[in-house]
Amino acid sequence: MKSTLAAIRFGTGLSPDHAPPAGAAAILADLDGPDTAAATFAIVPWSARMATIQDFGRRRRERRDGDAQMEAFRVVNRRLSDGYHRDLMQTLRRAATAPVGFRDRLAWFWAGHFAVADGAGHLRRSVGSYHDGAIRPNVSGRFADLLRAAVTHPAMLAYLDQSRSIGPNSPRGRRGGGVNENLAREVLELHTLGVDGGYDQTDVRQLSELLTGLGIDRNGKTTFRASFVEPGSETVMGRAYGGDTPNRHDIAEVLEDLSVHPATARHLSRKLAVHFIADVPPADMVEAMAATWARTGGMLRAVYATMLDHPAAWDPELRKARKPLDMVAAALRATGSAGRLSDQPMKFVRDNLTSPLERMGQPWLRPPGPDGWPEEAAAWITPQGLAARLDWITDFVGWLDPVPDPRAFVDTALGPLAGPRTRFAADAAEDRAAGVGLILASPNFQRR
Amino acid sequence: MAGLNRRDVLTMLGCSAAAWPLTTPMAFAALPSDNRLVVVVLRGAMDGMDALRPYGDPHLATLRPDFALGPQSGATDLTGFHALHPGLGPLLPLWRAGDLGFVQAVSTPYRSGRSHFDGQDILEAGTAGDVPPLRGRDGWLNRLLPLIPGAHGRTAFAVGRDEMLILRGPANHASWAPDARLDLAPATADLLLHSYHDDTLFRESAETALGLSGSVAQVAGKRGQELFAFAAGQLMQDARIAALSLGGWDSHRQQERQLQRGFTALSAGLLRLRDDLGPVWDKTMVVVMTEFGRTAFQNGTQGTDHGTGGTMILAGGALRGGKVWGDWPGLAEVQLLDRRDLMPTRDVRAYAAWALHGLFGTGHAALSSVVFPGLDMGPDPGLMA
Repeated sequence: MKSTLAAIRFGTGLSPDHAPPAGAAAILADLDGPDTAAATFAIVPWSARMATIQDFGRRRRERRDGDAQMEAFRVVNRRLSDGYHRDLMQTLRRAATAPVGFRDRLAWFWAGHFAVADGAGHLRRSVGSYHDGAIRPNVSGRFADLLRAAVTHPAMLAYLDQSRSIGPNSPRGRRGGGVNENLAREVLELHTLGVDGGYDQTDVRQLSELLTGLGIDRNGKTTFRASFVEPGSETVMGRAYGGDTPNRHDIAEVLEDLSVHPATARHLSRKLAVHFIADVPPADMVEAMAATWARTGGMLRAVYATMLDHPAAWDPELRKARKPLDMVAAALRATGSAGRLSDQPMKFVRDNLTSPLERMGQPWLRPPGPDGWPEEAAAWITPQGLAARLDWITDFVGWLDPVPDPRAFVDTALGPLAGPRTRFAADAAEDRAAGVGLILASPNFQRR
Repeated sequence: MAGLNRRDVLTMLGCSAAAWPLTTPMAFAALPSDNRLVVVVLRGAMDGMDALRPYGDPHLATLRPDFALGPQSGATDLTGFHALHPGLGPLLPLWRAGDLGFVQAVSTPYRSGRSHFDGQDILEAGTAGDVPPLRGRDGWLNRLLPLIPGAHGRTAFAVGRDEMLILRGPANHASWAPDARLDLAPATADLLLHSYHDDTLFRESAETALGLSGSVAQVAGKRGQELFAFAAGQLMQDARIAALSLGGWDSHRQQERQLQRGFTALSAGLLRLRDDLGPVWDKTMVVVMTEFGRTAFQNGTQGTDHGTGGTMILAGGALRGGKVWGDWPGLAEVQLLDRRDLMPTRDVRAYAAWALHGLFGTGHAALSSVVFPGLDMGPDPGLMA
């Protein structure tokens, strides 16, 4: 039972191709190894995406000039949209074929924590590159590094309006414009301290002034614009940063301090436990994780180890619902069918993965706001959301060739978690496809 | 479980697929009003000057030389000044019966750009023109719900797959996409409910989903009709508000063909709603809104670009229709906004607010602060029949 829980609660599920990790040590060992999945199923880097987006802008301006121009615009538009679906395909292939999948789960968790939504401008079909470049490589190191990578990434600067923020007393500000507090507020409220973290409006304002130098250059890279920086030092949570000379290091410094603040340790330990374990996690688990956070200066791997060390991590009761992306990955994995994605046109991905995920309530790369996806099962298992899952499962089983025997598949997909009602349903189904569908639809599979 | 079929299961639940959910007289009695509201959001900026063509304005023919305009190009005259788009022609009987009306030269307070996304967000959030915050944004229909005494989780339905910000928010509401298939064989559905038996969340969601999926006969072919049919089905039971959206209005090119399709679908949907509602149609108001209007002049590709002032369409037996509301600002160049757009003469939210006041008795203070912050409702346009 413990290895099954390890696979489904902390990894991307059971697989006919990989033995489940025996426990905490195996989960962490997998995280310590190289990220071979990312190398095998590569995602286009941010810089290349920005070049395409620049091209897109130029072609769009010229598209009414003639048929050739319109065609050129369509080509680049298609390239962006294909890339969006390809990112999903690669993400699912990674998760479906990884030995454990803890890294994938962490990448999704932190991508939700540092949420950025697909949009226009720099965010046109590019957010997958932000996840891959800023989030995924930093999920097991120091939280300070993850925080800095996410908060200063051009995707975040674009999403939370930082690139429009101008210190009113800066050389640039004397010609107009003002501070935009959006990023500073979310850094304090969402990314670090939490809403009860003891900051006030003055801290938000001071941090926003400290962040005024952060902007996006013409190549879509983060830049430090000294002429936008509000002069003078700013005090955030009781400590003064910066002075009259603009210095990008001031920003790194305040993020460093916020990353190890006790409120941050509590807030994020709890959020991790809520995500992986239960909507109301045991208080002593959260305390132990926060203590590890304090002791190690926010070493994420150590915090995860503390979570895995707590008995509640291995409670067989499945309290959480798999989110749609997680569920789809687990279904591909359990059926060993990720290979089906290898030579498909993007239309197949769109029709069979991207669109269904949207119907299930988790549109790819489009979280509802900077606070990411909801955690509680009731937010996902609504009549509409569940119907979309069931419709997808019906279609998905139709891809499988051959359709596995439900009597064996119930063990492959669920192991000891298969309850008597699920086993009965799988046995009694009128054909193999219905049986496999019922196994995938069962609470034993939909929960973790 | 052996021997129990799906019908038995549904009977045990106290319902049948044809009559779901079980509605009680209590549910009706708890509401102060028996009236119904349907809000249709047209996404993409519907060209209001094509829906309701102000052919009586001498400048229109100059601004739109290639477009079909008034009666001389086959459109039906409504007022001697306005002609109806032929795609809306099937609604003429409604106009004659006083069940159809228009509000001209209205817009949301959005002026800072002509972005579909910001425009729709502002329309649905009901704000005074500011783009609602990314986080914690809610819609004006959601803020209305707590003001309706006795409102519950099924008083308002978001219908369809499109995200409906207009209903998003803390007040509990229902949502359903009627094109969810849920085409499980009866035996499979039985087994599904069997496997969900001990998990309340899954069981209740599945029961509701199976009930809802059987509640509308599939409408083949006609875009959007199933949304109206599903809305009607819910409004016949204990729902009082339905919100849905139709896309495809962003007519930069070949507008004639595109809007013919769009208005034909809208007309079919409204007629379907009327037919399905039967006597309840007389208690119903339909409010059709879009994020902004389009340029007064045609562009170089037989279309129009993003503008400001537009047209609101009102329908329903609860409407005192057969008329066009709103002041006409004129189409001379100096009368246009930024020399390109129809100048709005009134906030579209004012008409929505008067509709809510008429349908649900919601007070002015709440309407102009909670539902539509910063709104000046202005004089009563007399929408109610």
